[in-house]
Amino acid sequence: MTVPARAGNRNVALIDLLDRVLAGGVVVSGEITLSIADVDLVQVSLRTLITSITALQPHHE
Amino acid sequence: MNASEDRGVWLYAVMPEAGASALGGLTGVSAEHPRAVTAGTLVAVVGDVPLSSFGEEALRRNLEDLDWLATVARAHDTVIAALVERGPVAPVRLATVYHDDGSVRVAVEQRAADFERTLEHVSGRVEWGVKAFLQIEPEPARPVKSGEGAGAAYLARRRRALASSEERQWHAAEQASHIHAALSELAADACTHPPQSRALTDQDGPMVLNGAYLVDAERAEQFAETVDSCDRDSALLTVTLTGPWPPYSFSSLEEP
Repeated sequence: MTVPARAGNRNVALIDLLDRVLAGGVVVSGEITLSIADVDLVQVSLRTLITSITALQPHHE
Repeated sequence: MNASEDRGVWLYAVMPEAGASALGGLTGVSAEHPRAVTAGTLVAVVGDVPLSSFGEEALRRNLEDLDWLATVARAHDTVIAALVERGPVAPVRLATVYHDDGSVRVAVEQRAADFERTLEHVSGRVEWGVKAFLQIEPEPARPVKSGEGAGAAYLARRRRALASSEERQWHAAEQASHIHAALSELAADACTHPPQSRALTDQDGPMVLNGAYLVDAERAEQFAETVDSCDRDSALLTVTLTGPWPPYSFSSLEEP
């Protein structure tokens, strides 16, 4: 296994990225997004993901 | 630049002042050019974004739109990944928006000691992701036995299949925990994310490990080789490496 190339040319799976940008990173209260709690945000987004993927594969049970 | 009424300030990351020069080449979540806001000895990397898309109500709506979310998540990550090239970076969680630079400065200065500690923790280190999946069981060879009733044979087969499936799950969980322990030994810090839903992965079997590891930059080869050998040595699991990632999973401001 070779060490993958660094930033710039990364082929990053969306689900792995969302694991990190929605559940990781420093949590500081933004003024405007104060009421979007971190947990809510993850749930909203994952619900979106699952809904979208199901919608894209109607024949796939 | 002062934020006007219809603009907000999107926070990407916090880093030491020295790393944040010449941000001009970057492109942010709203196709804006990110800039630096100095907060004491730290710098917040921010972008000016329209509240028509990034205000609270608009964000709620847009976060339900997978294409929008994907584009913004990738842009957020691209900026942060570029910053990582310049020095230690504490990435900030997606969708942290302020009214103006002054509020960003206050928020960062209030947590300055925590940011400093986080930056020290991630300095010279890189996050790697390791996922392990249980391989789909090969179809068992059909037993050809005479003298046994078809119903009894079926039940016996079902019992064996069930027992072997439970046993596989158990072995898979045990192997995953050994792999996590072995990789944690090579890492300065380690944690696990919840397993991803099978519908969202590109693998047929269930995910049994979704780990993140903060590894010294000079140990990258060794880490990748170890992941590779975990994959080779296991007949039960498929083990994959992702990254390098900015240290998203290791940027909590809590005391480690």
